[in-house]
Order: sequence, then C-alpha cells, then structure tokens
Amino acid sequence: MTTPNTHKLLLLSDTDNVLVALGPVETGPNPVSDGTFVDVKQPVTLGQKIARVAIVRGEKIRKYGVPIGSASVDISPGDHVHVHNIQSDYTPTHSLTETAGGTHA
Amino acid sequence: MLEGYLRRDGRKGIRNVTAVVYLVECARHVATEIVMPYRDQGAQVIGFPGCYPNDYAQTMMERLCTHPNVGAVLLVSLGCESFNRFRLEKAVAESGRPVTSIVIQRAGGTRSSVDQGRSWVAEQIKALRATPRVPMDMSDLVVGTICGGSDATSGITGNPAVGRAFDRMGAAGAACIFEETGELIGCEQIMAARAATPELARALVQSVNKAAEYYATLGYGSFAAGNAEGGLSTIEEKSMGAYAKSGAAPIVGLIKPGDIPPTGGLYLLDVVPDGEVRFGFPNINDNAEIAELIACGAHVILFVTGRGSVVGSAISPVIKVCANPDTYARLADDMDVNAGRILQGDGLDAVADEIHDLVIDVAAGTPTKSEELGHAEFILTYKSFDPIGPACLPG
Repeated sequence: MTTPNTHKLLLLSDTDNVLVALGPVETGPNPVSDGTFVDVKQPVTLGQKIARVAIVRGEKIRKYGVPIGSASVDISPGDHVHVHNIQSDYTPTHSLTETAGGTHA
Repeated sequence: MLEGYLRRDGRKGIRNVTAVVYLVECARHVATEIVMPYRDQGAQVIGFPGCYPNDYAQTMMERLCTHPNVGAVLLVSLGCESFNRFRLEKAVAESGRPVTSIVIQRAGGTRSSVDQGRSWVAEQIKALRATPRVPMDMSDLVVGTICGGSDATSGITGNPAVGRAFDRMGAAGAACIFEETGELIGCEQIMAARAATPELARALVQSVNKAAEYYATLGYGSFAAGNAEGGLSTIEEKSMGAYAKSGAAPIVGLIKPGDIPPTGGLYLLDVVPDGEVRFGFPNINDNAEIAELIACGAHVILFVTGRGSVVGSAISPVIKVCANPDTYARLADDMDVNAGRILQGDGLDAVADEIHDLVIDVAAGTPTKSEELGHAEFILTYKSFDPIGPACLPG
C-alpha cells in the first residue's frame, strides 16, 4: 500500500548538508523528510540537490552520509547544488551545458 | 522449484541459445543473416569485431560460448582474421556443446555461407528442444547487476532495492556480482570494510585506485552528460548511488571478466584493464559491461536505469529496474520494475521482493521486456588483464 509522501525534500543521512528533491520543487519554504522546512531559492526538478545549511567554499558536500565532492563557491541554505557550485575531488565532471541545468521555470 | 537446461559439462542454464559467432567484423553480416529467420527460436549473434588477436577477447568468447544458457555454437570466420578459431572451437567441443565453423572464403562467399549456416542452426534448434531439464536451486544461479543511464533517483530507489534483493539471493546461495570499479570511486574505504578478509579488502581498494588512475589518464570519469542532467554532480555522487546495488552482505571475492565465481555470495567484478592505458575506455557502453558479467556466468542481469536505457543482451535475459517514476511513465513498455514508486512512498522492501520474485520467474522462462522486444545487444572490444591475485577468491 503506497502512502503518498507529504514532504518535498529528502534527507538521506543526518550528517548530510544537502537534500534531494522528490519531484519538481518550487521556491519558498518546502517540507523536509525530517519534519523541518527549507526556504528553496531556485525551482528544481526531481533528484536535484538543495543546500540544507550554509556551505563555505572548499567544504565537503555530504550526501548518503559521505562526501560527494567539494563546494567551488560559497553556498547558501536553499540554493540549488549542482555542477555550477560543486566539484569532484577525483575526476572532473563532464556535462553538456545545454542539458545540465536541473532547474525549471 | 526452478528447472534448468542441463549441459554436458554439468552446468545448468535458464535459456537454450544457439549462438552464431562472428570472429571479425567482416563476418558479422553473414552471422546476422544466418540468425535472422531464427531470432524468435533462440538464435543470437555475438562476436568480436577486431582483426588483431587479443587474449581477453579470446577468453571472453570461450566463456560466452560455453555459458550455461548456450546450447550450441556456430563460428563464422572470414578466413584471414587473427582470432584463434581453432582454440575456440576446441574449447566449445570439450564442453560437450555441438559446434561447427563456417569459413566464408572457403564456403564460396556470402550466399552459400548463409545457406549452410541456416541449415546447421535449424538442426541445432530442433535438437536443443530435447535438452534435459533438471531441478535447479538458488545455489546454481549467478546474478549480475549493472546500472546505466543513471540519474539522482538511481541511488535512492532502484540501486538500494537491487541491493536488498542481492542480500536475499546471496543468503540463499546465489553468486551475486556487482561491477564497474570506475563507478565506485569515492566508496573504496566503505566497500573495503565489507571484505571477507583483510587481504581482499586491500585488493578491493587497489582495484578502485586503478580505476581512478585509469580514468584520470583518459581525462574523463565514468560519467555521461545525461548523468548531470539527471541531477548527479560528481563521480563520487554517482558512485555512492551505484554502490548501493551491492546491498549489505560481506564481499567474498574480487573477479575479472571471464572468472566464474567458485561459490555463492557477493563478488565485485573489476572491469578496468591492468597495466598502462591501452585500447581506450574500459567499457565504451553498458552492453560491454553486461557481456563481461555474462562471461562470468551470470544467468540473468539486473539493470537499474534512471534516464531510461532500453537495451537487453544476447545470451542472458536483462531485467530492467527503472529508478525514476517519470521515466517509467514514459518508457513503461521497456521496463520490468517500477522502483520509482519508492519516491512516492512505497517501501524499498516491497520493490526488493518484486525484483527477487521476478528473477525466479525469468529464470523459470518468463521473458523480460527486452526479450519480448527482441533486444539482444552484444559488444566486445580490446582489453588486457592480469590474472586475479591469490587473495581474491574465498579460500
């Protein structure tokens, strides 16, 4: 039996500093799976990441409880987190600028 | 109770394939034409396009042609390629499978090769109907998993659901293989902590370090533009999602393409070549990895996709687990499992149960979506590997 989710953003691990969009997410306060709210700054599509807290340049991005890269600029709570503001600590990410957006109008 | 096709070498298969094998690209058209009328009766094309010899390709072809899902083998040679068809034919014959070769230059060209090939294939298909059926249980089964066309849903829905199904099948005695060390970059220490022995833990870390160096030399990670469009920002993020396919069981071994797991349990398949960077990318697409899992004996493949791959494979059925509910809605005809419903509130365990039960059904003969649609992709490219070390297999 499927119970529809009421939250829009998923916290995968307590130590994470990013949240995952469970579908299209609009700007403004959005409910998180841990019962809190985050004020989303840019509308994003399913699967995109939103900063849970402020993240300074060089700080590790944590998802699933582990580092998935580092912030390439300072990131504010509610910001969309993607290839424009984080980078791999291993090999550079290859993406097409035409399709890598992840935001929606 | 599962039933398998018993081969003369004692292995048990879940499909009864007649493999038509081109030994160089120049023979591919003839092989494809031979199979055409028998596509729905278990005839499939596999092959190697290169004209230069390669030990890896030779081993891969030997393992694939003696795979338990394969009942008979027709080799199609142009005649002047370097592939050692004599060694391959001998290996297949020694496994007890019917095998013959057609050499196009001797057979009189395309038309007569196709005619000869079709009559041999027709006979084999008829004969294979009499293959003995014997009881088969989970400990006879080898299951492989791969993810392709990943997006940010893959690591939350499809991959962890496959991981839980893997835990159940492995506990019941199946050999479960996960792969693509290039997509485990960033997870190496977490993964090593699950190794059955400290020596294996070191080998697991080394295999991922090798992948990281290999991809660094190439200048690209195992990361496609569609991964970024789907919300993945870095290789580490993609890796953590991919790693979830492995479940939570201890890792009992590290194998390379063509190595057959000697026991049940969870194995990592190291797909990145050894030595200096040669021959280009480790795997140029998903089917290259699927072929390697099958060469390790995988009877069935669990393929997790977020963006929406539609491929199947020659030799072993591919079950497609769609991680993204939007993709599932668009490509439902191609997908076997809708794991994206986890995002809408369904539990991981419900989807894991569905995957587990579907493996049993498919092993019992139910066609997957890609089989129904006629997908039977296959690709094999140049690679080079050193043998696995002594610490890599369960003692």
